[in-house]
Amino acid sequence: MTTAQTTSKSAAAIDKARAEGRAALIGYLPAGYPSVEETIAAGIALAENGADLIEIGIPYSDPVMDGQVIQAATTEALAKGFSVSQVFDVVQGITSRTDAAVLVMTYWNPVVRMGVDEFSRRLAEAGGAGLITPDLIPDEAAEWMEASDKYGLDRVFLVAPSSTTERMQRTVDASRGFVYAVSIMGVTGARTSVSTAAKDVVAAAHAAGAERVCVGLGVSNAGQVREIAAYAEGVIVGTALVAAIRDGGVDAVAALTKDLSTGLSRTGLTEEEA
Amino acid sequence: MAEAPSGNADNDTDNNAAEAFLQGGSLKHAPGPYFGSYGGRWMPESLIAALDELEETFNKAKEDPEFRAQIADLNKNYSGRPSLLTEAKRFSQHAGGVRIFLKREDLNHTGSHKINNVLGQALLAKRMGKTRVIAETGAGQHGVASATAAALMGLECVVYMGAEDCRRQALNVARMELLGATVIPVTSGSQTLKDAINDALRDWVANVDNTHYLLGTAAGAHPFPAMVRYFHEVIGEEARAQILEQEGRLPDAVCACIGGGSNAIGIFHGFLDDPSVKIYGFEAGGDGVDTGRHAATITLGKPGVLHGARSYLMQDDDGQTIESHSISAGLDYPGVGPEHSYLADIGRVSYEPITDSEAMESFRLLCRTEGIIPAIESSHALAGAIKVGRRLAAEAAASGGTAQDKIVIVNLSGRGDKDVATAAEWFNLLDKDSAESEIGKEGEQL
Repeated sequence: MTTAQTTSKSAAAIDKARAEGRAALIGYLPAGYPSVEETIAAGIALAENGADLIEIGIPYSDPVMDGQVIQAATTEALAKGFSVSQVFDVVQGITSRTDAAVLVMTYWNPVVRMGVDEFSRRLAEAGGAGLITPDLIPDEAAEWMEASDKYGLDRVFLVAPSSTTERMQRTVDASRGFVYAVSIMGVTGARTSVSTAAKDVVAAAHAAGAERVCVGLGVSNAGQVREIAAYAEGVIVGTALVAAIRDGGVDAVAALTKDLSTGLSRTGLTEEEA
Repeated sequence: MAEAPSGNADNDTDNNAAEAFLQGGSLKHAPGPYFGSYGGRWMPESLIAALDELEETFNKAKEDPEFRAQIADLNKNYSGRPSLLTEAKRFSQHAGGVRIFLKREDLNHTGSHKINNVLGQALLAKRMGKTRVIAETGAGQHGVASATAAALMGLECVVYMGAEDCRRQALNVARMELLGATVIPVTSGSQTLKDAINDALRDWVANVDNTHYLLGTAAGAHPFPAMVRYFHEVIGEEARAQILEQEGRLPDAVCACIGGGSNAIGIFHGFLDDPSVKIYGFEAGGDGVDTGRHAATITLGKPGVLHGARSYLMQDDDGQTIESHSISAGLDYPGVGPEHSYLADIGRVSYEPITDSEAMESFRLLCRTEGIIPAIESSHALAGAIKVGRRLAAEAAASGGTAQDKIVIVNLSGRGDKDVATAAEWFNLLDKDSAESEIGKEGEQL
């Protein structure tokens, strides 16, 4: 990961949070839900209310790592006619108006279909930071490794509680920007508590040399954010934000982000709790 | 021909493989993970450890005499193998007069080839210490087979099935429940077989410690394609030995239907290294490949990744999976096993579409000429065999021979009891007010 630190937008965003004595907040939104315009507005609201990085999901017909809330949202976006090229409009719409690092989270086939090089070129042009790839492991990523180097994009691979030491090393070595630690064995969706496995995964990633590890899956409130911020460089929230935009639109996203960000500090309690 | 050593198909490029084959190399026992540029593991990291464990367990088991003996015993004394090779003399008259032989997988316990794979994988699940198996199913055949194997071996079984399919195939749901399985209707996405696979994968990632995913076809992430083929290789091995014993020669052609492609890869495997044997896979052409309503993945699809493997795939310009259509639920899948994509690219196997109408005509023809009710899936292979037979007959005539000198083997992968309502509706055999008429109508809308 060392060679890319100077050019990684994600790393820069996480390091900026670290310099402020806190973990980074990463918010997920599916592109085109409920519309492309609202995704852009919600992305801006995320950035203005405390998110350091934004993850824009590409709706896909077969989202095997997603739970029901995100499935319902992406299925609706597809039904309304979302096309993959619109993700670049969303990325550009957010990066042109905020300082947040914007990554795209995508299942791999839409990228294959467009062409890995072409997709990467257009993402870079839109100001995107890189890709999070839930069903692409480094073993199959030769083409993406080449394209991400060519266009200076971050490649965020996932590590899981089930990852062996050997696979952890391989994945950490292949990643740039940060490593996405899956907190539990399961799919996306809010859960009442964060699994203890998360801490072990982060420790294993750190031991393998990862400087930035962010934890996702099941995180939905400030208490959970605080718990994770104590040992990881970043906290990823998805389903809770999707539920917020579903139920309360952009304003609800702004309010939830503000609340989540109160959990980021590592230096003790917030004013409210003191 | 002596059994060729494994590994020869693991070539760098398709051209190398094709050349090696032409020079007498072997296409058999391709170990994966790659078949040319197809196959691999396009899967979440969370599942890689489970796939590694499965691969290791499988590799050890197939070298273990005790495991092989267990499989052989189950095949013989539970499934009823070897399945017969039956000459279809009256049916053959409609295929240009060539001689057609049916590999009778319909006679296996549970009525199709599916039992070969589920028994093997259930044994592996036990070897891994797993207490629970999950499976996907379209019409219910693989679900019933999985429930059967689970009951036999004392494993908990959960089957994911599209909500619409559950309603349409209520009797198969009841069969699975009788066998002790839990059937979960899938309401996500398009609520079809592909979505049942998605939900099974979601279950697997959450329960992988005690659960084995008993995938029903020769697709998915490594080691599934090579492993499922291994359990079905018995079809091709038996057929090859039987035709040599009965006729003293190899067939001119072998035909099978292709959905994911497990019955096909099983019978093809026996003949891949026999250059004189032409091999044909028949995909579901649905309403016709120019109507957009079909499941002819290799004929019209483009390479992509779905459910863990790179293979031909029915997809739109954005890489979104397109829903397939076929009267046959077992062929109604927008993907195909990666080894088939490879065999298509190197030209070893020819893949052609068969429409619903062509399949149903062959369905009725076999019923009336041979007294065998075939699965609608297998009827696609029968329709293809008629076309192949007529071509071979023409070739024979052109070279001064007779059609009777040509032999075609068709894999009759399953029996058609499950399809009676659909067929009765198709052929207008039902009273309009009967309950069966309603079921049949739904079946036809597949």
